Amino acid sequence: MSFRSPDGGGALSRRTFVRGTALSGASLLMPGWTARADTQAQTPQILSGTEFDLRIGRTPVNITGRTIMAPSVNGSVPGPTLRWRQGDIVTLRVHNALDETSSIHWHGIRVPSEMDGVPGLSFAGIPAGQKFTYRFPLHQSGTYWYHSHSGFQEQQGLYGALIVAPRAGEAQHAERDHVVVLSDWTDADPAGIVDNLKFQSDYYNFRQRTVGTFFSDAARDGLGPTIRDRLRWGRMRMSATDIADVSGATYTYLCNGQAPAANWTGLFRPGERVRLRFINASAMTLFDVRVPGLDMTVVQADGNDVEPFVVDEFRIGVAETYDVIVRPLEIRAYTIFAQSEDRTGFARGTLSPRGGLAAPIPPMDPRPVRTMIDMGMGGMAGMDAGSAEDRKAADHGDAMPGMAMDGMEMGSMPGPMSGPEPDSARLKGSIGVDNVAMMPRDRLDDPGDGLENNGRRVLTYAMLRATRPGADPRPPSRDIVLHLTGNMERYIWGFDGKKFSQAEPIRVGLGERVRFVLINDTMMEHPIHLHGLWSELENGEDAFRPYKHTVIVQPGERLSYLVTADVPGRWAFHCHLMYHMELGMFRTVVVA
Amino acid sequence: MNARTTMLASAIMAAVSGAASAQSPSTMVYPGGMPPVMDNNIYAHAILEQFEDRVGDGQQFRYDGQGWIGTDLDKLWFKSEGTTGRFGDGDHEILLDRAVSTYFDLQGGVRIDLDDGPTRTWAALGVQGLSLYFFDIEATGYIGDRGRTAARFQGSYDLLLTNRLILQPQVEINFYGQADRARQNGSGLSDIDSGLRLRYEWSRKFAPYIGVTYAGSVGQARSLARERGESAGAAHFTFGLRSWF
Repeated sequence: MSFRSPDGGGALSRRTFVRGTALSGASLLMPGWTARADTQAQTPQILSGTEFDLRIGRTPVNITGRTIMAPSVNGSVPGPTLRWRQGDIVTLRVHNALDETSSIHWHGIRVPSEMDGVPGLSFAGIPAGQKFTYRFPLHQSGTYWYHSHSGFQEQQGLYGALIVAPRAGEAQHAERDHVVVLSDWTDADPAGIVDNLKFQSDYYNFRQRTVGTFFSDAARDGLGPTIRDRLRWGRMRMSATDIADVSGATYTYLCNGQAPAANWTGLFRPGERVRLRFINASAMTLFDVRVPGLDMTVVQADGNDVEPFVVDEFRIGVAETYDVIVRPLEIRAYTIFAQSEDRTGFARGTLSPRGGLAAPIPPMDPRPVRTMIDMGMGGMAGMDAGSAEDRKAADHGDAMPGMAMDGMEMGSMPGPMSGPEPDSARLKGSIGVDNVAMMPRDRLDDPGDGLENNGRRVLTYAMLRATRPGADPRPPSRDIVLHLTGNMERYIWGFDGKKFSQAEPIRVGLGERVRFVLINDTMMEHPIHLHGLWSELENGEDAFRPYKHTVIVQPGERLSYLVTADVPGRWAFHCHLMYHMELGMFRTVVVA
Repeated sequence: MNARTTMLASAIMAAVSGAASAQSPSTMVYPGGMPPVMDNNIYAHAILEQFEDRVGDGQQFRYDGQGWIGTDLDKLWFKSEGTTGRFGDGDHEILLDRAVSTYFDLQGGVRIDLDDGPTRTWAALGVQGLSLYFFDIEATGYIGDRGRTAARFQGSYDLLLTNRLILQPQVEINFYGQADRARQNGSGLSDIDSGLRLRYEWSRKFAPYIGVTYAGSVGQARSLARERGESAGAAHFTFGLRSWF
């Protein structure tokens, strides 16, 4: 039942196993093959070539036992995997058969701004029943994805994988190639989720501290420190267990559109190098990914090759992609295990020499607990008698001595600004801001909350080094400093304490090179996505800094990236957590 | 409602709604006429915090709820509570609400005491929000006709025994500037209605509870109640349902 395909074939699921792989294999051979919207959800086809007809419609999807009519592309969730070739000009005729406006955004692809697919910025969207033709040249290569940028369609299933083959061939050879699209599925109406969060922001959090955890913490850390810790969080009116706004209470986490029990399976022959193209197509979920028993060699991040390095685990933020190569040697199944950051569930798939096998599923790790580091008070954790958790996290952070102080100095560093920089003191107490990171710190070599000291080799941003030097050696002409802010209680999100509707666009001159400095005042991770232009993460690799399209900013973190504004137009800039974006953590970047 | 109260109420409402002017950015023309994200939508919610039977001597039924409709910054807010047996403590408010800080809203509007007793109307001005240490509080001052003044304070706290089993101490106290014999309000601290309720969140929106409640008069109001030969206060075993949409 095993067959070789360098092109992503050989992926089975229990659902399609009976149907066989001949169909998906056949589609490989038919460039530009136009698919109809089938009446039943199916695993994504693979479409390749330069001309594509895509149909946005509704497809019955049954993940939990209930059938939902999900918005989809060509009748599957995820939509078809599009395989493009660097240097080609692709044409995509997108027909919207929904009864509402839709759109497709090519996430991470550098396109003219009118082809970027953001209704309200790039174009008017694709009205119900109408067609829009996208056409653009492909200058880049790598693993990307596409998704709707209209309303909550992305949460409901309108997304798919996008792979651009490099003209010169892959730098890292692999005998087999599987796309692994991770996502979060809900039967609920996303507008209802927002509505719930507006009234009770911990609506989906059933892992809060209780009287019971007070006593267990007191037994571990002592009564005094536990009381002080609880009082401190109470003074801040924050919950240390606020990890994810939307949890497994409503989500089922999917691997290539399959629930954990359905066990999506990708085939391999022992000894083969298998390239796994991970895409986080979730609306709200960061995943911690590993394949127990296999080393993962990270070869690409956000579509751009990086110097290979080996890890056991990596955190993938919403909208990020990572390509890893694994080499299973044994004739047995291996579990692809992607637990949500809040540990309320996991996506699961299997790598196997044949269909129908399964490997053990590891238990989920303990859910993380936020600390004073996450509140941007990292330097204070040592002075105050914090909980053991705080101290542990602080010890970890102190691997970079003086970093907190550096962060503070950088924060007050004079320099040309894009406008008046709202200082921390001014943000404090405003309606959209429940916390200001007084001492934001560098967390580039911190794998993230819940991954510290877990005994595994975990990816950090500091490990990413591009394989070739950046295209623009110029230093930035100015810094654009933005605080990532929110009010969890009111469920308001924004930058600098303002929602999108309250703020002016960010203006950058055409051809200008600028530095974006992001300070995360909130206690949650925000995967920040800049459309149309690369974000060159300043992680200490100088000219070899990694090019990314989406950058996780950890709680209490201050980081920066360089941007060359070489394509004119209006670009979206936003947190890729869907409900943060939709509720205001969004800006227009005008390049002119 | 008397003219002075009406004027006062409308003045307070105008002040609340104009408490801060939102900065509106320069108008941007969006292709298709729709902005890329809708971050200023109108939401509406209502909650019945108390919907309960108070069993025992002088059995009573009580409800206490509030609701709002509006945006993040501006809302129209409704509050209503009452106790039957003899229908008393019937306090109904319509308020304009404006977010003024991270955790607090300013509210201004009208209160009408509408129950079996004589009707009173008041202009209302208060604050509501989440205080330090996660206490939900409301504090409102009232000015009525004939120079009446009053104040009301409400507070509650959710103690999570587990993530679904929640113990909630709650208290409401009422003050009056002068006695109102017809409504059995005494001057100064007049009455208390408090409870300790244990609810189980079957779902977030549906939580049956049991508890102990105490409603009683204090000080001068207590004497007034005794003069009439009525109970000056009693504790009740209570069961009810907390729900919201």
